[in-house]
This record gives sequence, C-alpha cells and structure tokens, in this order.
Amino acid sequence: MSEAHGGYYVPHGTYWPIVGSIGLTTLLVGVANFLNGWNAGEALMVAGFAIVLFMMFGWFGTVIRESESGMYDDQVDRSFRWGMGWFIFSEVMFFAAFFGALFYARIYSVPWLGGADPGTNEFLWNGFEAVWPTNGPGDVGGKFETIGAWGIPAINTLLLLSSCVTVTFAHWALKKNQRTPLVLWLLATVVLGFTFLGLQIMEYMHAYHELNLTLGSGIYGSTFFMLTGFHGFHVTVGAIMLTVIMLRSMKGHFTPDHHFAFEGVAWYWHFVDVVWLGLFIFVYIL
Amino acid sequence: MSTATTHDAHHEEHPSGLMRWVTTTNHKDIGTLYLLFSLLMFLVGGAMAMVIRAELFEPGLQFVEPQFFNSMTTMHALIMIFGAVMPAFVCLANWLIPMMIGAPDMALPRMNNWSFWILPFAFAILLSTLFMEGGAPAGGWTMYPPLVMQTGNAFPFLIFSVHLMGISSIMGAINVIVTIVNMRAPGMTMMKMPLFVWTWLITAYLLIATMPVLAGAVTMLLTDRFFDTSFFNAAGGGDPVMFQHIFWFFGHPEVYILILQAFGIVSQIIPTFARKPLFGYSSMVYATASIAFLSFIVWAHHMFTVGMPLTGELFFMYATMLIAVPTGVKVFNWVSTMWRGAMTFETPMLFAIGFVIMFTIGGFSGLMLAMAPVDFQYHDTYFVVAHFHYVLVTGAVFAIMGATYYWLPKWTGHMYNEKLGKLHFWLSTISVNVLFFPQHFLGLAGMPRRIPDYSVQFAGFNEISSIGGFAFGLTQLLFVYIVFKTIKGGEKATDQVWEGAHGLEWTLPSPPPYHSFSTAPEVK
Repeated sequence: MSEAHGGYYVPHGTYWPIVGSIGLTTLLVGVANFLNGWNAGEALMVAGFAIVLFMMFGWFGTVIRESESGMYDDQVDRSFRWGMGWFIFSEVMFFAAFFGALFYARIYSVPWLGGADPGTNEFLWNGFEAVWPTNGPGDVGGKFETIGAWGIPAINTLLLLSSCVTVTFAHWALKKNQRTPLVLWLLATVVLGFTFLGLQIMEYMHAYHELNLTLGSGIYGSTFFMLTGFHGFHVTVGAIMLTVIMLRSMKGHFTPDHHFAFEGVAWYWHFVDVVWLGLFIFVYIL
Repeated sequence: MSTATTHDAHHEEHPSGLMRWVTTTNHKDIGTLYLLFSLLMFLVGGAMAMVIRAELFEPGLQFVEPQFFNSMTTMHALIMIFGAVMPAFVCLANWLIPMMIGAPDMALPRMNNWSFWILPFAFAILLSTLFMEGGAPAGGWTMYPPLVMQTGNAFPFLIFSVHLMGISSIMGAINVIVTIVNMRAPGMTMMKMPLFVWTWLITAYLLIATMPVLAGAVTMLLTDRFFDTSFFNAAGGGDPVMFQHIFWFFGHPEVYILILQAFGIVSQIIPTFARKPLFGYSSMVYATASIAFLSFIVWAHHMFTVGMPLTGELFFMYATMLIAVPTGVKVFNWVSTMWRGAMTFETPMLFAIGFVIMFTIGGFSGLMLAMAPVDFQYHDTYFVVAHFHYVLVTGAVFAIMGATYYWLPKWTGHMYNEKLGKLHFWLSTISVNVLFFPQHFLGLAGMPRRIPDYSVQFAGFNEISSIGGFAFGLTQLLFVYIVFKTIKGGEKATDQVWEGAHGLEWTLPSPPPYHSFSTAPEVK
C-alpha cells in the first residue's frame, strides 16, 4: 500500500479525503437547510457529522498505525511539526478577526455613535452616550448585566494556567520514560480542561437566565459570546485531543524521543491557553 | 534516473479509472486535477462574463433581469478568483515545486488530496445557489452588509462555500510551506531556489494569515443574519463599515495571492528565452517579501469613500503608493534581464512580455486609484473594473497561460503547436485590450460598475468593449483545444525542452517519472 521514497514516506492512495469532503459537505448543506427552515436539515446535519467523525477515526487511526509501526522518519516528523505550527497560526488569525471586531467596536464604532463622529450621533441617535459595555443606541436585546472578571472567569484562568503546567509535567515524564506519572499528569490536564468547560457552561446559563446577556445583546453580547464561544469550542477539541493522547499513553504509545502527536496536542493546548489570557484581559477585565 | 524508473515500474500500483484520481496522493495527479478544475471554472466564469457583456452591449435591458445580472457579476468574481486563478496556481505549485527543489513529492500528500477534493464540493454548493429561490448571491463578491443580508435562500450556502474554499486554501498553503522548508534537496539553499518557489512560499504565508480572517468575517455575517448578533448593525453598536475593514484585511493580501506567483512564473520564463540569468535575483526575493508585507497595511484604500478619519486616508494612500517601489524593482529587473539577451519569441515568452507590459498598465491605473482625492471620483466606476482586469487577466491569467505553454511539454512529453500558440497569444492580446481599455474611459466619464443598464452616452465604448469580450471569450476555446491536443499527442519534447532552460525540473525526463526525485539530486 505505501512505501518510502528515497527515505521519505509517500503514502499511496487514500479514501479518507473524499469521505471527509462528502461528510463536510453533507454537514454544511444540512446546517444551511436547517437555517433556511427546510425539512431535511437535521437529518443531513446528523449524517454529515457522523461521516466526519468516521473519517477522523479512520484517518487518524491510519496515521497512528503507521507511526507506531515505525514508518515515519525524522523528516516526516519535521513535516508534521511545521504543518501543526502553521495550522495553529491560522487559528490565531481566525481569532484575530473576532478580536479585531471587538477592538473596532470599542475604539471606533461605539464612540462614533456616541458623538465622536458628529453626523451619526446628531441625525441617527441623538443623545446616545458611548459607554462600554453597550448593546447600542437601539438597546438591542434589552437591558443586560455583564459577568464580572473575578468570579468564575478568574477561576477558569487559574484552571487553564494550571493545566498548562500539568501538561508540561506530563511531557517531562514522557521524556524520562516514566509512564505512570505521564498518564497521571495527562489525566489531571484532562480533568482541568473539562472542569473549565463545565464552569463555562454554568456561566453561560447564568448569563442567559439571570443577566439577560445573550448573543443578541448588541455588540457586547455578539463579541462576548462569539469570542468565548469559539474559545470554548477550541477547548472542547483540545480536551478531546488530550483524552486521546492519554488513552494512547495508557496503551504504551510514544517513546521518549518520538512523540509528535503528544507535542502537537500540547502546542494546541498552550495556544488555547494564550487565547484565553487575551479574552480574560480584553473581554472580562477591561 | 535509472533507479527512479525501475523503482516506479514495481510500485506504480494505484486503482485505475476514476478511483485513481479520487484517491491519489501523487503531486502530479493532484496538479493535473487542479489544472482541469481551474480550466472548467475558467470557462464557467467566462460564460458568466459573456452574459454580462451581452447585456451591456447596448443601453436598456436586453437579455436578463437586473437581479440576475447582479448575480452574474457576483458569481463571475467568486468563480474566477477562488475557482480559476487560485487553483491554477496551486496546480503549478503541485506540479513544479517538488520537481524544482528536488523532492519526491509534496510533504503531506494525503492532505494535498483533501485540499483539492474539497473544491468541487465547494463550487457545487456555490453554483447550486443559481437554482434557489431568491437567486444566486447578487450583492457583489465582497459581500458587503447590509446588502448581502438581502440574499435569499442562497445566503447560508454562499457562506459555507466560502468556508470550504478557505479550508482548502489553508491546507494547500500549509503543504507548500512544509514542502519548501523541509523537502529541499541537499545543497538547495533558500537563495538558490527558483523564484517561482520563492513567490509561492511568500504567497502561502499570505494565505495562512488571511483566509482565516475571511472565514471570521463571513461567520459574523452568518450570525448577524441567523443568530441575532449585531456586528454590522449600528443600532446594536456595531458598524457595517467594520465588515469592510475585516474583509479587506483579507482582500488586499488576497489580490497579491493572485499575482505574486505570476511574478515568479515570468521570472522563470524571461531568463530562458533571453538566454541570460535573471537580473537581480536577490532583489526579486526581497521585493516579493516587501510587497507581501505592505499588502497587510494598505487594505483601506478599497474604502476611501466610506468615511474614515483623514489620518487614515493619508496613511493608506502613502502606504499604497509605497508598493510601487518593490513592484518597480521587479519590472526593471525583467527588462534588464532581456537587455542584450539572445531573445527568441516562443509562445511562453510572448505571454511573459505581454504580462510585463500590460501588468504595468494595470499597475499605473492602480497608482491613480491609490490617490485618495482622485479615488473619490473613480470609486466604484468602470475605471476600477478596467484596473483590476488589467492586473488579473493580462496579469495573472496571462502568466498562467504562459506557464502552461512553458511547462506543458515537460508534463506531457509533447510539444504544443507553436503556430496555434502564437495565434492564441495575438488574438488574446488584441481582444483583451479592445475589451478592457475602453473601460478606463467609461469609468473616467462616470459609468458605475455593477449595473445592467446605463446612460446612452456610454453606448459606444460599451459596444467596443463587448465585441472585444466576445472575441476574447471565443479565443479561449482555442486555448482549450491546444491544451487537450498537446495532452493527447504531438511532437516529442526533449528533457530540457527549451534551449535556454535551467533548473532541476529540466533534468528529469519529459514526461517526468511518477515520483519526481526518488533519490535527492545534489545541487552545487
């Protein structure tokens, strides 16, 4: 099926990409149908999601089997590292778009509506005062309260920062080939990650039910939920990845000097952590 | 090379028929898929352009409803940018980068397959919107809110097809970077790489930095429409202009994503037919990098008229003009390469010289547009349309066609028909100028873009432009004929193909073996 070319591993033919394309397309067409209020939406979404999951199990499974049977040399390892690094950079730029929206709203659009740009204030919303947080001159979504930085968000910051320490301890253990501490530190990281998610869900429920802070609460609600929501999604993905790494460690995968998957997941986890720090500062504190 | 051929004879087992193309991880197969896909999209997008030119042939409404006309301009742009030009460059990257740097294949072959096989699905979704209630998207490819919010059922399909194109581009770009940094043959240092490889490396960085921003922007459109957010709604504290800032932060680097590799192609072709090494290689590399850097700090020159602080207008005006400096370096380098060279004018060289001249015309009209006070008059007129078609058609598309003629003999092992190639060039060059040059005058006279009907004083130039448009469209059928005829057969091509060609790809047989370099070549 596959073989090395001049030392470099070139796989021969794979069905997983086309399965992935069909799955992604089914999923997205399903979501689009659902949003348009058409019938087939939910069924297509479920089917598409199932196909994507099937593809991920199959594709990652193939790569793990090949890796464990020693088919990847150092050059392949480097390719994976560069690939993961630039993938994370693309994720950073995705978040940059939403941070950009937050900064633009706070620095430009809200002050302009409040009179820094005389025209809009005078003719459109005379008397609107620029403050942050705001749901805009139209009071979109009605009165709301915000979530303070020093309650759950501060605890969540501590959780994520600690999880970065524990994942590093796990890495040290792996490099010294101490398997039990490796699994235990990974377990601690996974627990911290899912605890973060649980608290985040509690915070969202609190916001929706008691504070009237929703996705529809003007520009504040939009930026708050889109930023923290996409971050929460990435934490979910990261925590699942950590779980997989933990299960693989328990099965005896990885060696002290050959463990790209572990490092890739650890990088991803640190990226999620750094984004959170940005959120904590710019969304919650300031 | 003998090792490579015996090696392949044993292992060239892949599923036959359609499944070979669906499952392939080979950079040449994937390159071919990209080439055929982009050719198909070029024809689909071109057919839409024909509808536009037919409607504009004379004032009044002739053939199509205004709404459908606007769908045509929107879809034409999306298909040509994301379906024709970008995949054509990815085709060239796949075919050429491994051969140029002495690698067996791309670094991540399975992901390479996926980045292609997402595209047919993305465009099937986009084209399906033509048959939906409310019609295909008609608010322009820039998708400005609040107009785009009036799109009918097509709206979520538009957003998701853009997401899929973005995923495909990002995976393709990651693959290019990893291949270039990790797969070079021993001795192939960065500053020895062919310029085409350099320009693709820099473009790949632009893609990774900007495609996610576009994904973010269209995601905000989606949530504004369906989930009550207020990103682009002033009543909620947002701002429709904010979309334009986010969009053009992607959009301006995007236009360099469409042209930098064209610079690379021309820098390969001209030295071959001038029989001289490229003049100022390192300055070309630095100029490309400078253009890429500057592309991130000029985006608001697309929005001089939307309302921006004066400081902003000045900053973006001067930053934009600064781009003329590295671009000028390139143009002078190409001319200096030709200076006192032993030149011959085969079809690829004709396209390359045509590129240098007509891209420069587009560059100059770009400089005019860069001046904020002047842009107040030109904004959203046919002058803008003329400008970007000069850089994208006589620029990017001409370079792609030149590249096709230049490397097709290497890929297929057959020479194309030189007479037909030259005929294709001259017919294209004459008709494309008849098509787009009068649009400068239309724009200066005040004809707005994206309208199906116009005031009678614009009739003459529009008629000329439409005639040029039909001629250019027909001429491209000749191109399709030449390409397929060359694939099927023709005079045998030598390994070096062109007398003055240098570089690793010309040391391989024509057509090259399935895995380009099984043993890494030594580069001195």
